[in-house]
Amino acid sequence: MNKLKNNATVALEGILFDGMTIMAGGFGLCGIPEHLVIALRDSGVKDITVISNNCGIDDFGLGILLQTRQIKKMISSYVGENKTFEKQYMSGELELEFNPQGTLAERCRAGGAGIPGFYTKTGVGTVIAEGKEHKEFDGVTYILETGLVADLSLVKAWKSDDEGNLVYRKTARNFNPVMATAGKVTVAEVEEHVALGDFDPDQIHTPGIYVDSFIVGTDYKKPIEIMTTREYVA
Amino acid sequence: MAWSREEIAQRAAQELQDGFYVNLGIGIPTLVANYIPENVQVTLESENGMLGMGPFPYPDKVDPDLINAGKQTISELPQSSYFSSADSFAMIRGGHIDLAILGAMQVAQNGDLANWMIPGKMIKGMGGAMDLVAGVNKVVVIMDHTAKDGSPKFLKACDLPLTGSDVTDLLITNLAVFEFKDGQPVLIELAPGVDAEEIKEKTEAEYTVCPKLKRHLHIQ
Repeated sequence: MNKLKNNATVALEGILFDGMTIMAGGFGLCGIPEHLVIALRDSGVKDITVISNNCGIDDFGLGILLQTRQIKKMISSYVGENKTFEKQYMSGELELEFNPQGTLAERCRAGGAGIPGFYTKTGVGTVIAEGKEHKEFDGVTYILETGLVADLSLVKAWKSDDEGNLVYRKTARNFNPVMATAGKVTVAEVEEHVALGDFDPDQIHTPGIYVDSFIVGTDYKKPIEIMTTREYVA
Repeated sequence: MAWSREEIAQRAAQELQDGFYVNLGIGIPTLVANYIPENVQVTLESENGMLGMGPFPYPDKVDPDLINAGKQTISELPQSSYFSSADSFAMIRGGHIDLAILGAMQVAQNGDLANWMIPGKMIKGMGGAMDLVAGVNKVVVIMDHTAKDGSPKFLKACDLPLTGSDVTDLLITNLAVFEFKDGQPVLIELAPGVDAEEIKEKTEAEYTVCPKLKRHLHIQ
């Protein structure tokens, strides 16, 4: 079978349905599946529950799905940079479930690994712990968090081979590898398609078993949220 | 005279020890990296998936695939490594990070910390802060001693939603430093020109005063 699809629209064909749960990799605007998100918007699929650390900015990344009101609920750790998000949440249009960032990552990891729940001390004594089972281990209190599985995971990698083996680049890795494991279907977008054998098998980050299909994106925008630099000293 | 942002960062940097793995939060904590003492080598962790965070890049070396947890562009070092968010928080939750320095809106006398939400006003999210305060071995909190209207921020109990309960090890404000010993705050240092009486007036929390209370002329 051929995992390489012509474009994002083709890759998502027959997978999308209203009310579905979608994971999207990325941290801020770094390592986000920018082409797949645009295809998601153009598909018109609605009432989506999105699991993603952030929700992009107002006019880029997942933020564009807020503008079209395709998102019903967000499961995130931080939404600070998105005004549309704040407005829709405050007006009650958008549901929001805050997860501590590490708990969110571990929930994806657990979901992908067939682990339905785990105990963590993150959030004990805060609103995050309300209504959750508490348990003591060696005198320390932990809360029960559940694994997450999505109908679809959208991830961004640097390179893929024909098998769908993925390699990420620098901090654009972030949530992508764990989310790749936790989708019933996982679609990746990459900057470069390499031939079988080009990767050193020891250096592969996500084995192809997790990747159902991939596309090669072009003209990556990769906007920078906060440009910080230092001066050359003569 | 109260400490400036830079002086607070300088004071926090005195908590760094050679060989430490350290996570710095957004704002003043980020400035701590500028004041790492000589002969002390620390490795900075960024919770979006990097160890060995380098300084801001030169303008022609900016890379959108290389940012810190504050979403600022950064650079890598020869010893840097990258990993997933799950691995990043495994090292945080698993107690492998020695020190975290982060900002706060309120701190309570039992070490409770609030820094992620003002109900009805500010919705940003906790990001990695709840994981950091729960998992990192030593938590240093930095904040202004009082709010803009002069009301105390070091309280008997926080009224904002908590980030963590009983998690603060050291509180550095622009006026003073408190160390939490067995869960009880002890006033250990005063900023230049600040006396114990002023701290008493501007603090709601109950604390004891260290017999060896240090009065600073200025941070060295």
